[in-house]
Amino acid sequence: MTMIDLPPSLVLIFGALLLPIVGARFRPMLTLGLPLITLYLVWNLPNGSFSNFALFDYKLTFVNSDTLSRLFATVFSIMTFGGSLFALKQKRVLELVAVFAYAGSAIGVVFAGDLISLFIFWEIMAVASTLVVLSAGGKRSYKIAMRYFLVHVFGGTLLLVGILAHIVDSGSTAFTAMEPNTLGTILILMGFLINAAAPPLSAWLSDAYPEASFSGAVFLSAFTTKAAVYVLLRGFPGAEILVVIGLFMVFYGIIYALLENDMRRILAYSIVNQVGFMVTGIGIGTEMALNGVAAHAFTHIIYKGLLLMSAGSVLYMTGKRKCTDLGGLFQSMPLTAVCSIIGALSISSFPLTSGFISKSMISQSAADESLTLVWFMLMAASAGVFLHAGIKFPWFVFFQKDSGLRPSDPPWSMRLAMILFAGICIGLGVWPEFLYAMLPYEVTYQPYTVTHVVQMLQLLLFSGFAFFIMLPLMKRTLTITVDFDWIYRRFLPLISARLLSVMWKIDAGLRRSFLSKLDSGLSYLAQKNAGSSSLLSRDHPAGSMVIWVAVLMAIYLFMSFIG
Amino acid sequence: MKDQEKHWLVREKTIRLLWRGGLFMLFLLVIADFFIHAHPYFQIDGTFGFFSWFAFVTCVGMVLFAKALGLLLKRKDTFYDND
Repeated sequence: MTMIDLPPSLVLIFGALLLPIVGARFRPMLTLGLPLITLYLVWNLPNGSFSNFALFDYKLTFVNSDTLSRLFATVFSIMTFGGSLFALKQKRVLELVAVFAYAGSAIGVVFAGDLISLFIFWEIMAVASTLVVLSAGGKRSYKIAMRYFLVHVFGGTLLLVGILAHIVDSGSTAFTAMEPNTLGTILILMGFLINAAAPPLSAWLSDAYPEASFSGAVFLSAFTTKAAVYVLLRGFPGAEILVVIGLFMVFYGIIYALLENDMRRILAYSIVNQVGFMVTGIGIGTEMALNGVAAHAFTHIIYKGLLLMSAGSVLYMTGKRKCTDLGGLFQSMPLTAVCSIIGALSISSFPLTSGFISKSMISQSAADESLTLVWFMLMAASAGVFLHAGIKFPWFVFFQKDSGLRPSDPPWSMRLAMILFAGICIGLGVWPEFLYAMLPYEVTYQPYTVTHVVQMLQLLLFSGFAFFIMLPLMKRTLTITVDFDWIYRRFLPLISARLLSVMWKIDAGLRRSFLSKLDSGLSYLAQKNAGSSSLLSRDHPAGSMVIWVAVLMAIYLFMSFIG
Repeated sequence: MKDQEKHWLVREKTIRLLWRGGLFMLFLLVIADFFIHAHPYFQIDGTFGFFSWFAFVTCVGMVLFAKALGLLLKRKDTFYDND
């Protein structure tokens, strides 16, 4: 077996199985080493299809390597390395096993050359990510994990039916660009969109991710939604419906994050917001837009990982997660605060950070295509990102008021992971050419023009001005905001309970009237046959019954002998 | 806690300075519009101070909209606790 024949995804998936076996001393070597081996394998893959298997009449291709798949596999590997560094203090081996299977299957999705292999890795991803949520432990996380799993099983079912219909339609299992115009392709699109946290099933993300452990949430933020972005990018570039869906997600994320009190739920809603930018870009579908989406997925994974690391550090050190309980932490956690601010500036696409060089490609593509409304909405959304994630998150966690908490910065491994990711955020912002060189299409875009920088600074700083002017309106309260999950957590159970209770009542009435009719019929018959002479009389002596039974058994015995 | 005992960053004097500095920076940014060559795609985005007022207005709009939606959809955070 040459190196090329070893699919990079399997390094992490099989590595996951080794983690519980090796002792605690060698485990960190594996959790840090395996992602680096994966990265090495990814970077050494030439273009083309490798690792082909036969399944019945179909050919499975586990590795279909090109610029785009290598870009996503690269950032997934970097994320796994950084996340593992952050998770060195994580004592639950189950979480690490789940995380490695999860990361490996996400890379598997990215390299899948046909729809069947794609589905296989897609489902491993669903199970493994459920285990990440579950491994936080306790009854609460069990329930949340089950809700999370049900949504993804539903999405997986849509995808499977869609894939089967598509194979029957087209006669091919190849995963190529499609148009959502047949039942099969529409179902595939729906299956993809559920994993991208698109409406109406978007609440699984903000429901589940914030309930994972301090380190589990870091991994969860990266893979499922970005693997969905990847398959949308590959499967449905230029599908116009995605522009509408993406813009909805962008504003849904902002509004819900503005209302949220839990620091990690703020970040969860902000994932939906950022994925919304990417989905919009895929819908625009020009080379510039698709480049922007790929670049934005890359930078987003890093800065969102960084933001969740800083939130995870606060959770790890204080055990608290609500903005109402936090505040003033910058005094005792200066490094975490600075890293969080770097992540927050990146997500807001501040000049000299990674978000600036990626997101602006998407809005630029809207301008190039003269999509007036889309462009104005993206601009408003860019200002809104600074509002809900760029300022709100660091402000309420690290500044705001003095909560009296004085936790120190987290252990060195967690600090190192944050420094690494903060470094990448700034590095990509200052030297965008590294990322641009890895994009699927040639980049002619120049982000650093005086005009663009000034306009972006105006947009962001006036958004910040609005934040501080409106601060009294933003006061945190001990509340949650009802989301789509209300439909399956409250409405449907309530309706079905009501419906069932009505049905039980009708059922009980029918049974009662049937039984009373039966009863009266039988007693009528019994009464009619009361005399001992008639056939059905209850007054026949028991002895005659025994005789007849004996006769019957004798006949049976006789028959079985002659038979 | 007396002002002097607080971390220097959250003393009243610092906050006053930060506000003044911030407002001055906003002023400079708007003025900068005189010196850059905007290349508008939709006409209005080339007008003076467009990005400044657009960001401010849309952000205020989003906060107010969120606030209104919150009146409708906010529940105590123990809402789902007996699930």
